[in-house]
Amino acid sequence: MPQLDAAININIVLPEISLLIASFLLLTIVPLAKQRIISSIISLASVAVSLYFIYAMWNHQQTGYFGMVTCDNFCLFSKVIFLITCGGAVMLSRDYLVKRGMDRPEYYAMMLISTSGMMFMVSSSNLMVIFIGLEIMSLPLYVLAGFFKDDVKSTESAAKYFFMGAFASAFLLYGIALVYGGTGTTDLSKIFMSTGIALQKNELYLIIGAALILIGFAFKIAAFPFHMWVPDVYQGAPTPVTAFFSIGPKAAGIAVLLRIFIIGFGGVYESFTIIFWILAFLTMATGNIFALMQNDVKRMLAYSSIAHAGYLMLALTAGSSEAVSAALFYLLAYSFFNMGAFAIVTIVENKTGTNHIDTYKGLASRHPWLAVFLALFMFSLAGFPPTAGFIGKFYIFSAAIKANLVWLVVAAVMNSLISVYYYLRPIKAAFFEKAEGEESSAVQLTLGPLMVVAIIITSVGALGLGLFPNYFLKLAAASGLMMM
Amino acid sequence: MVITVRNPVGSVLYFILSLLAQSILYIQLSGLFVAAFLVLVYGGAILVLFLFVIMLLNIRHADLGPEAAPMIKPMAWVFGVVLLAEAVWVAMGTKARFDGVSENFGSVPEVARLLYGKFVFPFELTSILLLAAIIGAVVIAKRTLS
Repeated sequence: MPQLDAAININIVLPEISLLIASFLLLTIVPLAKQRIISSIISLASVAVSLYFIYAMWNHQQTGYFGMVTCDNFCLFSKVIFLITCGGAVMLSRDYLVKRGMDRPEYYAMMLISTSGMMFMVSSSNLMVIFIGLEIMSLPLYVLAGFFKDDVKSTESAAKYFFMGAFASAFLLYGIALVYGGTGTTDLSKIFMSTGIALQKNELYLIIGAALILIGFAFKIAAFPFHMWVPDVYQGAPTPVTAFFSIGPKAAGIAVLLRIFIIGFGGVYESFTIIFWILAFLTMATGNIFALMQNDVKRMLAYSSIAHAGYLMLALTAGSSEAVSAALFYLLAYSFFNMGAFAIVTIVENKTGTNHIDTYKGLASRHPWLAVFLALFMFSLAGFPPTAGFIGKFYIFSAAIKANLVWLVVAAVMNSLISVYYYLRPIKAAFFEKAEGEESSAVQLTLGPLMVVAIIITSVGALGLGLFPNYFLKLAAASGLMMM
Repeated sequence: MVITVRNPVGSVLYFILSLLAQSILYIQLSGLFVAAFLVLVYGGAILVLFLFVIMLLNIRHADLGPEAAPMIKPMAWVFGVVLLAEAVWVAMGTKARFDGVSENFGSVPEVARLLYGKFVFPFELTSILLLAAIIGAVVIAKRTLS
């Protein structure tokens, strides 16, 4: 490990800094510009620059700022996921915002700041920085959820999300305080080293602290029983923001949970496996069962995101380095196909104004290409081969089986089967049902160039990761090993 | 106490009280600088700002609803007495000074060394957090331009 604890090491935060600089530009210079599309361009450019820095840092593990920031392949891989999510959401937003006359630079600035918060969160192994990163991630999200101030649903969504987020933060902070009380440090590796002494002296501080931290993050990743806010918030928020919500904070939460529990609380991991087991099972089950009854596609995707959090909890339960890599790969795949699914939802919503499943009827005859992409993303969400969803699930399940979680995997497979039903409903509506009423096929679909790019990138990702997973699996495996 | 009263002005005053108590804790740990800062910045500046905002909002008594449930007061007495007894019991039991605190805890150089040394990264991150909060507040509060 070269340059251990170099005090000021600005290189390792360059990806975050490029996002922050772009957001400052958006807030200061861009409002003066006439062409509003420049804000999308600046955001995407900063995402690209950030990706470049990550590429340059790959395989160079370094730490800085007195051990407050650690930069390994694990965090770089997660950062790539966040950047893809951010870039995708920016691309989806353009058409959506223009249509509603809300194409403002603040929107993109908030999105970039939130992404930088996620990146800070995963790049630290200190609970204090993790907490501040979480707050930097969350605050802009509350605002984004309520960005359409005149829309009652959007405001409701923001209020609910804000209160739930505040509760979660309180739990998390109290947990961190208890862990500090038990071990005398907030640094994860030092927590691990002092686990033995802490357990001898006073068992409760550490265990209850860890449990409260788990609750705090369970709110963020929407695990059962802390998922009740999800459907309302996701439905009310602007659709591109929902796409951002359903991937970004979830990926950040899972990545940080993996790091905290495998590194920091490695000494008490055994006491938590049963809790993870139950949480994973119930999260999958509630997500999938409630999704069956939804007629609103956005709400259905909200429940489906709960179910996916359940599959990811499976990796947390297994806790091996293979499971970590499988979770990372799954998150990468998920960010592609979920973003793609939301892209289609956004397009349909832009055109019809609702998300009811009936609006998808006859989509195949009106816009065959759109229907084909819809099918691709839905198959991927359901986990059919040859899509990315299949490979992702396959690796998570096999890692879990190696960790002797056979029954949980059986439950997960059953859940996937249930999920096929609701994922196929939009496809069935699009291909096999006729639209009622006189909606003619002459309605021209106008897509902005960014939207087209988004669909192409996400579908290439969803198919590419499914057909040629080896390269990415190797990267994920390297990241998983690095963390251990 | 902060959350027991219906009137937000009362809550803020209680909050100031709890901060003063907290600063006394710091004084007992001989951290005079931190204690003074707590009183000046939190008690003095931020909470007085709260007070102004609440006064500006101009809440009438009718909006606040009835006072808390009747059971609360006796309960509060019970818990208060238990807490006091506990505190006295702990105070009797412990030695006069904590061992874990270093000699120059809370002195100006020490605070500066920690803030710009070991904790410089979280410190800087906090500034980003505050910036995000400001932008968010402006976005939400701004009137829609038409």
